[in-house]
Amino acid sequence: MVNIKFKHQGIQLMQEGLFEGPDRVTLDAEQHNISDFKFDVPITGTVYGTLLNYKGAYEQYEGQLNEDPYKAPPKAPILYIKPINTYIGDGEAVPLPQSEEALSAGAALAVVIGKTATRLEKPNALDHVAGYTIVNDISIPHESIYRPAYKEKARDGFCPIGPWITERDSVDDPNALKISVYVNGELKAENNTSNLIRSVEELLTDVTEFMTLYEGDVLLVGVPENMPLLRAGDTVKVEVEGIGVLENEVMDENQVAGGKRK
Amino acid sequence: MKHARIAVDGLIHNGVETDSGIKLENGRTVQEHDVIWLPPVEPQTVFTLGLNYADHAAELSFKEAPKEPLVFLKGPNTFIGHRGKTYRPADVTFMHYECELAVVIGKAGKNISKEDAYDYVSGYTVANDYALRDYLENYYRPNLRVKNRDTCTPIGPWFVDKEDVEEPMNLKLRTLVNGEVVQEGTTADMIFSVPDLIEYLSSFMTLNKGDIILTGTPKGSVDTKVGDEVITEVEGVGRLVNTIVGEEADIKQ
Repeated sequence: MVNIKFKHQGIQLMQEGLFEGPDRVTLDAEQHNISDFKFDVPITGTVYGTLLNYKGAYEQYEGQLNEDPYKAPPKAPILYIKPINTYIGDGEAVPLPQSEEALSAGAALAVVIGKTATRLEKPNALDHVAGYTIVNDISIPHESIYRPAYKEKARDGFCPIGPWITERDSVDDPNALKISVYVNGELKAENNTSNLIRSVEELLTDVTEFMTLYEGDVLLVGVPENMPLLRAGDTVKVEVEGIGVLENEVMDENQVAGGKRK
Repeated sequence: MKHARIAVDGLIHNGVETDSGIKLENGRTVQEHDVIWLPPVEPQTVFTLGLNYADHAAELSFKEAPKEPLVFLKGPNTFIGHRGKTYRPADVTFMHYECELAVVIGKAGKNISKEDAYDYVSGYTVANDYALRDYLENYYRPNLRVKNRDTCTPIGPWFVDKEDVEEPMNLKLRTLVNGEVVQEGTTADMIFSVPDLIEYLSSFMTLNKGDIILTGTPKGSVDTKVGDEVITEVEGVGRLVNTIVGEEADIKQ
């Protein structure tokens, strides 16, 4: 049983409840089935993604990191921004651009900042965390990581977030969470945040050395290797152990209006 | 008209430029030096262009001009207003200003054609897009550690209505460090013009009201030191004053 905060679609205020898994939520002392609720994007700030922070994802590039154009392995965290046009809630449709056949899923543990985080030190870095949610960091598949990949990562609807924020103290160890990706109900990828190169605390420390994270901002700890491809009509579920399940359908962009099938 | 967002006596106001000072919405007029200047538009999604002037691309030893705009994004942490202070980390050896025309989007749009692009612009301001070159790494370059540090993107002083800038693609830009001109150029030399950029960005994502596009900088990048006063100017848009301060002194006092 974990403490969660969430937004219902159409209601501005954040609600507090209990997630009793796998499909039960308690709200105001009453039990509900998760499918009775429609969740809204539960965050208020900027979403920052982190590249190459899983050992397996790093290893896939390792042979090239001393070659052109990279020339040397990365030293500081490599970040990117998922802008506001990319945010959609649990259950909303991810638009597949007409020019593309498939998109890459991007299962990420998302760290939600609880108070202004500047120049954190590792031992108390987690004090600045309000909780955790799930992001499916959708991309158009691309090999090169030399230039910022906003054309591939910043399209409308490319950042499903939710379904809720699990409060920090309900998560024993953010560096030991199983992550599973299902496409049309079939398990396609599995990983664990124990495979992070920079742990959650280390990433927060190294990022806030050069930029401040504010309350409501979200830091994605990274995307594991070998993420499945998603085609029109596919349903993708990202499950993070103890946090919840985020589910979205991929649809041809011409079939989507306002996050829903036309 | 030129619009400012300023803090006066502990309250945030909108004001407009008049001959006698900045006139607030409540009718009171205040003077430039009596207020705290905030970014004139609250930053949401902010796009920045790299290598968008051929001479600057050559200066950074790129043999060919880019075929596609080089776009990166900035977070809200990096912006400060006119007459603000920008921190220079103690370990940095090369930190340079970049004088840029900033374009503010006035209404949401997708798949906007070049021909219609200006219909989606509400106005302009000036930005100084500092780069800390010591931190450059070849991953999503220019990486956020170079370009998204706290306080490293002064913006302002004014938001200038589109109607008051007749030829946005023919404006002189210049930067002065401690009164000496160190960078000069013109928006006529952009590789991708303002309409090109709006067409490009909106071809793959929705642009929203309040989004800002920093359009890149011409050549003339030199190192700036603690104590330097850096002024970035765009003809008819504004003159943005910034001072560089030592980060360590501020934090370790």
